[in-house]
Amino acid sequence: MQDRIIGQVKRVNGPVLQVKGVTDAAMMELVHVGEGRIVGEVVKLSGTTATVQVYEDATMIAPGDNVYGSGMSLSVTLAPGLIGNIYDGIQRPLEELRKLSGDFIGRGIEASAVDESKTWPYKPVAKVGDTLCAGQVIGTVQETDRIVHKIMLPSSYEGEWTLSWAAAEGQYTVGEVVAKLIQGGREVSLTMVQRHPIRVPRPVKERLALDVPLVTGLRVIDSLFPLAKGGTVAIPGGFGTGKTMTQHSIAQWCDADIIVYIGCGERGNEMTDVLREFPHLTDPRTGRSLMERTILIANTSNMPVSAREASIYTGITMAEYYRDMGYDVAIMADSTSRWAEALRELSGRMEEMPAEEGFPAYLATRIAQFYERAGHVRTLCGEEGSVSVIGAVSPPGGDFSEPVTQHTKRFVRCFWGLDRSLASARHYPAISWLDSYSEYATHLAPWWDERSQGRWSGNRTKILDLLQKETRLQQIVKLVGADALPDSQSFILEVCSLFKNAFLQQNAFDEIDRYCSPEKQVAMMDLIISYWELGSEAIAKGVPMVKVRRLGVVQDMARMRFNIANDQVDQVERLQAKLQRSMLQLGGLYEE
Amino acid sequence: MRNEILGAGGELLKGREYRGLTKIDGSLAYVRNTHPVGYNELVEVITPGGRRRLGQVLDTSDDIVCVQVFDGTDGLNMPDTRLHFLGEPMTLAVSEQMLGRVMDGLGRPRDGGGDPQGREERDVNGSAINPTSREYPRDFIQTGVSVIDGMMTLIQGQKLPIFSGNGLPHNELAAQIARQAKVRGDKGDFAIVFAAMGVKYDVAKYFIDSFEETGVLSNVALFLSLADEPSIEKTITPRTALTLAEHLAFDCGKHVLVIMTDMTNYCESLREIGTMRGEIPSRKGYPGYLYSNLAELYERSGKIAGRPGSITQLPILTMPNDDISHPIPDLTGYITEGQIVFDRSLNGRGVYPPVGVLPSLSRLMKDGIGEGMTRADHPHLSNQLYASYSKVQDVKNLASVIGEEELGEVDQLYLKFGDFFENRFLNQRFDEDRSIEETLDLAWEALSILPPEELQRLTDEEIQEHYKG
Repeated sequence: MQDRIIGQVKRVNGPVLQVKGVTDAAMMELVHVGEGRIVGEVVKLSGTTATVQVYEDATMIAPGDNVYGSGMSLSVTLAPGLIGNIYDGIQRPLEELRKLSGDFIGRGIEASAVDESKTWPYKPVAKVGDTLCAGQVIGTVQETDRIVHKIMLPSSYEGEWTLSWAAAEGQYTVGEVVAKLIQGGREVSLTMVQRHPIRVPRPVKERLALDVPLVTGLRVIDSLFPLAKGGTVAIPGGFGTGKTMTQHSIAQWCDADIIVYIGCGERGNEMTDVLREFPHLTDPRTGRSLMERTILIANTSNMPVSAREASIYTGITMAEYYRDMGYDVAIMADSTSRWAEALRELSGRMEEMPAEEGFPAYLATRIAQFYERAGHVRTLCGEEGSVSVIGAVSPPGGDFSEPVTQHTKRFVRCFWGLDRSLASARHYPAISWLDSYSEYATHLAPWWDERSQGRWSGNRTKILDLLQKETRLQQIVKLVGADALPDSQSFILEVCSLFKNAFLQQNAFDEIDRYCSPEKQVAMMDLIISYWELGSEAIAKGVPMVKVRRLGVVQDMARMRFNIANDQVDQVERLQAKLQRSMLQLGGLYEE
Repeated sequence: MRNEILGAGGELLKGREYRGLTKIDGSLAYVRNTHPVGYNELVEVITPGGRRRLGQVLDTSDDIVCVQVFDGTDGLNMPDTRLHFLGEPMTLAVSEQMLGRVMDGLGRPRDGGGDPQGREERDVNGSAINPTSREYPRDFIQTGVSVIDGMMTLIQGQKLPIFSGNGLPHNELAAQIARQAKVRGDKGDFAIVFAAMGVKYDVAKYFIDSFEETGVLSNVALFLSLADEPSIEKTITPRTALTLAEHLAFDCGKHVLVIMTDMTNYCESLREIGTMRGEIPSRKGYPGYLYSNLAELYERSGKIAGRPGSITQLPILTMPNDDISHPIPDLTGYITEGQIVFDRSLNGRGVYPPVGVLPSLSRLMKDGIGEGMTRADHPHLSNQLYASYSKVQDVKNLASVIGEEELGEVDQLYLKFGDFFENRFLNQRFDEDRSIEETLDLAWEALSILPPEELQRLTDEEIQEHYKG
């Protein structure tokens, strides 16, 4: 198959090779180097010389080795069987690699991304004689209990095609022909498999407004800095501030239909953790195993750097494929800084002129291209689907002014800044309420207000305002101590401290607290705002602040995130009643 | 030009030999007009005086080949130096016989004994462990050091570096951990692999003596590449050491503790070589691939499902100018599973080990502590210690402004708690081996200084059971 020799190796410098004698290679063409058939990609052409980056260790590649062309660009396989799988950066299934080369990843091994021998229950949708365009549905396969996989006409098929033959309902492998199509007298056969180049976005009919939140179950995110389905967010934070933990939590609990989790240049053990843990966790909405909606890509930090560069494109192409079927897909990229560093490393090897901090000048363009692949869209087959991108950023030294964070900020509309001092005090998630923002909040307010009798936006503004005031007061406290403040101001500190402990913090290991339903979030926020309003009134009447904070109900509020389950929101309302009673009583004592 | 050489017995030797270099620059030697030489191929460099050194191909093309010479280029000349390309990548012939031996960075004996190398040739660069083959580490290692066991628990298969500074007692702590570390209930075979990059001889001697005193030296393999040795050898030393560690752990089933000191010297060597080759530098002149390169070392730890052994890494690095945001500690922190950070001011107050608790962290501890592993109250207790000790810092700042006398009652208690924490919990003797129960009880003793309302991270039941009011 790979007998077309495009040239011979001229020079080897790490994962970047110069190839000479090249006449018919194409940019971005997938190639195989030497008799070990190391996978690579053409990244530059100049005269008869091509620059190739290889996706595996280049050891013992020598000048003169043949380079074989494949005639296609680096692509992913899209077919039933992707879900629940774990891949490396160029979509090689790691389970299969393990069978082929043992516990350590060998070189030059290839395996099909999906199981070719497995049969799937196929149901035809289009009928013989139907006219089809790219993206339209030919048939369906029940991929997992909750995912119906739509077999669509690949986007490379231009114009109108007429279905000339359709397979009957039954069990088929992915490689069997399920439909035949005619255009202008030319008949082609279709299987369930299509391939799509990873660096090309999949086409859509139109882009839609972002007005539905991606509910994550993390209170600080949903209630203060919400993300829309189809939106983009960056999570920057130095090491140890909890980027990965936040990503894991979102991957576990968010209400997307499908999760694509990309471990890009991160730790091997973290991917193992996801791999071992997810099958045992259940989706709170469906009760099914989380693995039935997850695709993992693991290109750990010690796997080849060029495959790391490719991994986020591999991931987002798979995400777009499921979006095209009408699903809400969330993609976690942990971490985009490692991807940017891979770009830098490869650019350095190609001896390109560097821009800021050694990163190539096209860094910003590449970041923009990646985040623009997110969106809420009308797909070619008429469904609504979305791809939300949650990108972790690992700024060197935790300094947000470095190029990757800064460029990313230009192309995302939501920002969850992680704060080291919060992480040091083990306040998790350590999302800073001062640095973070969400431009989606106004678009999403109608959705939330509908579920909170119109109070969500108001409460959110009040609490953000209190948190700002608290920061200023803390400056004063640092100078004169908390005792010097009048009760009305101490009460702001008191309410914020309660809000931080009872609302913003969330314990990822607590059975109840790790996921908080929107209804419970709304009720909790309502209750804390009531505490603030009623308490301020009481203090204005002359009730000492100590009396207010010693109310029994305050302890209940502090523990409600652990004690009240998501389906017992009425208990929060009961606390609300208790709070009003206690305050009334307390106020009564000081009435005269 | 090409002259295939014959061995002593007349057999055709692997690879080919060339006489004469084109250029020598630092520890790099360049040669023109060779046969196609493989990337990373191993080279034997034969000096004009007939001595043999090892080198590795760094850059190869059909015109010129660049070789880095591990023992340095001193004494090489252009016309008479011979290069012998061996036709294979750098390997280490691993064997269990290496335990109890002192070797150089390439695995050659430096203790006067015979060649310890065995028959199993392994590529020193290793290959990545398939993430699906890994077993998630969850076995608690008791180090006997309270602050580590209680607050940044070491787990078998973890990589947990010590971020230290010049003049701080990181060697003592590493030696103490090596001496005291045990997995409770497990009598598994253990071994220590020690890699020294660019440290002084007396530091290496300190570790050797310390292992000797406790009688574990026969379970230790030492790879030394000392401060005055060519910097290029330092880049290969940890790879050699980890190759042996992988053999001991995954083939022989031992629990291996790898101590690597000092990672800062390793990174300096990388920078030196990179600069010499004219590479485009990134932050602070370090090469752009520093992250990938460090990851190639740190990721060679962990456990593999279905194999009995494990590799736990304890790398030591000295933060240049005590700056944790310097590229070396920064990139390390992004790869390793936590860090133990030393604090110079604690050291100044005579606290040993001077662990700055707040920036320190063990990412794997969450799965290795609690009921059935350490004790049921451990997770909340450690959380509470962090929260309360973090409050101590705020109170101290306030006290420095308004004076200790002006502090409120509760704040005074926080200061008292802080003192107890630093002087009794943190501070311990170099030879003191505390069990996890002693550590946790001591933590409760510290927290009992505070009123129970301040202990919000603990449950009421836990407070009832353990609070010493």
